[in-house]
Amino acid sequence: MNYSGTQLLLFFGLISLGTIITRVLPFLVFPENKIMPKYIKYLSDVLPFTTIGMLVVYCLKDISFTTNPFALPEIISITVIIILHLVKKNTLLSIGIGTALYMILINYVF
Amino acid sequence: MKRHISTVRFAFPYTVPVLSGYMVLGTAYGILMSKQEIPLFWIVFSSIFVYAGSMQFVAVALLSAGFDYPGVFLMTLIINARHLFYGLSFLQKYKDMGKIKPYLVLSLTDETFSLLCNTEPPAGVIPKWFYFYISLLNHIYWVSGSLTGGILGSLIKFETNGLEFVLTALFIVIFIDQWKSAKNHIPAVIGVLSAVVCRILFGPSDFIIPSMIVILLLLTLIKKPLERRPVK
Repeated sequence: MNYSGTQLLLFFGLISLGTIITRVLPFLVFPENKIMPKYIKYLSDVLPFTTIGMLVVYCLKDISFTTNPFALPEIISITVIIILHLVKKNTLLSIGIGTALYMILINYVF
Repeated sequence: MKRHISTVRFAFPYTVPVLSGYMVLGTAYGILMSKQEIPLFWIVFSSIFVYAGSMQFVAVALLSAGFDYPGVFLMTLIINARHLFYGLSFLQKYKDMGKIKPYLVLSLTDETFSLLCNTEPPAGVIPKWFYFYISLLNHIYWVSGSLTGGILGSLIKFETNGLEFVLTALFIVIFIDQWKSAKNHIPAVIGVLSAVVCRILFGPSDFIIPSMIVILLLLTLIKKPLERRPVK
């Protein structure tokens, strides 16, 4: 696929702008001497946990349990990641082995 | 100048875990982007100016879905909405940072956030420069990783089918770490269940916004009971 410079500038420019907004907004809305409303404080405590849960589902949005290979590569790799991470507690190891296993499974096994 | 060098020396050891993580994930990002035939310039550009790992991986997926600019912008806001919470948590910490405050605010990634959350500057080091060099070092690692990946991806033609799973693996690992650190798992369960139900109801391409709405509604509804059993 060939993209034009304008397309790429718009694409990455928008992503950059959106990211900047999410980073700057709290500091703009709550200048250095203003107190944060309780509701916002509550959300800021719980939302990080909720968002990651949602993002895990986002990553797996295209899997299908009804067609071959019945999400088996994902199920196997995720199980390995969970066990490895609980036992070894090494982020990079869990991600590295999990991804390598997934690549082997979808390319050579299923 | 001398003081800056000694601050970098103090800051560096704290960033070593991020160094390995960002080099590997940054390289994976560079390879995936170059596989999409994105020029090296834009790979590096995005890592400098976006500098948000998970969003950059999602950008790879969005590229293959074609250019839907409003969709891209909205997705960025949604995926990076968690930055709002990092910012809110650092309102106090980033007080009185002077000229470098904009850089500190704009370079606050998941990793820099969690690093600075758990780290107090050593005695004798000026906090603001300590924060600055930790942020800057992490940023350099991420850009170097992407550059390496971009070059590797264009030089070597190896099998990358499935490499995008690195993002799934990353989120699962973060999820496990959060699960272990949380005293209360209701928010995490709400996130997963809302997204699963919305994915079933709305299909794979239109379920993120409904999920966010459902999540906000549920969290608002259970605010009182949840505050009695705090998450952290």
